[in-house]
Amino acid sequence: MIGVRKIGRPMDLKERSYLVEVARGLAISMAHFARNVVKQDEMPTIQYPEEKRVLPERFRGRHRLTQREDGTPRCVACFCCQTACPADCISIEATEREDGYEKVPARFDLNILRCVFCGLCVEACPCDAIRMDTGKYELSGDDRGSLIYDLNTLLKD
Amino acid sequence: MSVETVVPFVMVLIAALLPLSLLPVMIWAERKVSAFIQDRTGPNRAEILGIRLGGVIHAIADVVKLMSKEEMTPARVNRFYFVLGPFLALFVPLVSFAIIPLADSLNLGGTVIPLRAVTLNVGILFVLAVTSFHVYAVVFGAWASNNSFTLLGGLRSAAQMISYELGLGLSVVGTVMVAQSLDLGRIVEHQGGTLLGFLPAWNLFLQPLGFLIFLVCIFAETNRNPFDLTEGESEIVGYHLEYSSMKFAMFFMGEYIAIIGASAVTATLFFGGYQVPYLDTDFLRAHSTGVLRVMLVSMGAICFVLALLYRRYHRRLTALYHDRRRNEARMLGGMMLLMGLAAVVALLFVSPLPEAGGQVVVAAVQMTTLLVKILVVSFFFIWIRWTLPRFRYDQLMGLGWKVLIPLALLNIFLTGALLVFSGRT
Ligand code: SF4
Ligand code: SF4
Repeated sequence: MIGVRKIGRPMDLKERSYLVEVARGLAISMAHFARNVVKQDEMPTIQYPEEKRVLPERFRGRHRLTQREDGTPRCVACFCCQTACPADCISIEATEREDGYEKVPARFDLNILRCVFCGLCVEACPCDAIRMDTGKYELSGDDRGSLIYDLNTLLKD
Repeated sequence: MSVETVVPFVMVLIAALLPLSLLPVMIWAERKVSAFIQDRTGPNRAEILGIRLGGVIHAIADVVKLMSKEEMTPARVNRFYFVLGPFLALFVPLVSFAIIPLADSLNLGGTVIPLRAVTLNVGILFVLAVTSFHVYAVVFGAWASNNSFTLLGGLRSAAQMISYELGLGLSVVGTVMVAQSLDLGRIVEHQGGTLLGFLPAWNLFLQPLGFLIFLVCIFAETNRNPFDLTEGESEIVGYHLEYSSMKFAMFFMGEYIAIIGASAVTATLFFGGYQVPYLDTDFLRAHSTGVLRVMLVSMGAICFVLALLYRRYHRRLTALYHDRRRNEARMLGGMMLLMGLAAVVALLFVSPLPEAGGQVVVAAVQMTTLLVKILVVSFFFIWIRWTLPRFRYDQLMGLGWKVLIPLALLNIFLTGALLVFSGRT
């Protein structure tokens, strides 16, 4: 035989009639409704494309490659970021450089489709050459190719 | 054509078109009210040439989307019943509107013309019969879909609707006893005048218990929260699982028409129908010119207030977004201003009305009153939905069978006893 164990406490008449609690619930939702009808401007919603959220200072947005004073990339193609990246976004090809520094990237491709915005590449860089401080987060494109950023795009910002 | 043939025709048109034209309003209200209750803004993006009407355009966008979707029919379904389900779901609720008295009968030199599409002296039974037809829509849709989940969903809802029909039927008996008639026209007439000198003699005050039971049952009948176990869109599979495109939309629209219809029946049975509180038909007809003036003034006032609101809206938008919505605010505000001005100008030309004209004006006022009552009750439907959680199925059945039906019987007994002791029978 199946035993039935009753759990919980029995409801008293006031609770079983539901009316009091229903009225209280209705009062709460009406208070919200009325407030939002009268004071629509104070609604917390951000009307996104027109209004934008103020970003925190350390917000990790799209990457950029920093430059020296003479406009050349700071990056020395050490592959630290490529190694650190957990999502395998970065692929670098190094080339030689004449003016005292050893290497410079010939290609620096960053596949933003794979990026998880963890910031490990920034942490890993010994030269402060890659940063995520552009504050750009509206990253979309018409095809995959346009979302693999190359050296020039990354240097521009 | 004589008046006697034209008026019923117009009434049929109104009875058919009113719920259909309230449909987008209801869908819009559902979204906006739910949004405001939950501190959101709700839909405000879809637009036609920059006109958004605060989200009403989303209803049009919905229709376009649903119509352009692929119409799927599962394999091996009974096509006749499969199509009949959504058809019934949309048209059955529409029918109950036909017998709602929209205004007091016209009385043109001896000929009495009732202002409703169909005059039935068993009106209330017709309402109950038609509401119970809604079960067929659900059952046909569920069974014909050839899917065990929809069948389960359909059985669940059929059981729910049939159980609550009993309570529904019993709860209106008190109303019928008070009015001593099954005719909705009589029931509404009975609710004119006042009670104890200060309350309108609505059945709401004469039959508070009956009203409560009726309200709960009508919520269950229309499958609205807190009794929407039919759909329970967030966790259980409902009967219209296999429907797509416009057939799904018909179930969806049918639900809202059922709400409008239920609101109309509730307003008629318990909120005095077309009766303007404190002012009965004879009084209104005697002062029809004054009524017309008051109507124009209030129309003008409403238009001016709306124009003002649009102006505020426009200023806020300009300050906030500099976007195209301010053109809309400007345009609609201007339109409202013009309409208000037209009402004021019309006020200057009001001359004493002839008898027939006065009756038509009074009928218009009474129809507006009914419409306002319908909208208020519909709002209540939405308000409840976004306040209460859903009942568990055994709680639902327990409430229906063990609480509402005995209470409804008690209500009949009490009403009968009161009627006998007050010597009204
Ligand atoms: S943010 Fe993280 S995932 Fe993105 S490129 Fe840098 S290391 Fe890779
Ligand atoms: S870690 Fe810095 S310096 Fe090294 S390859 Fe990456 S960006 Fe260049």
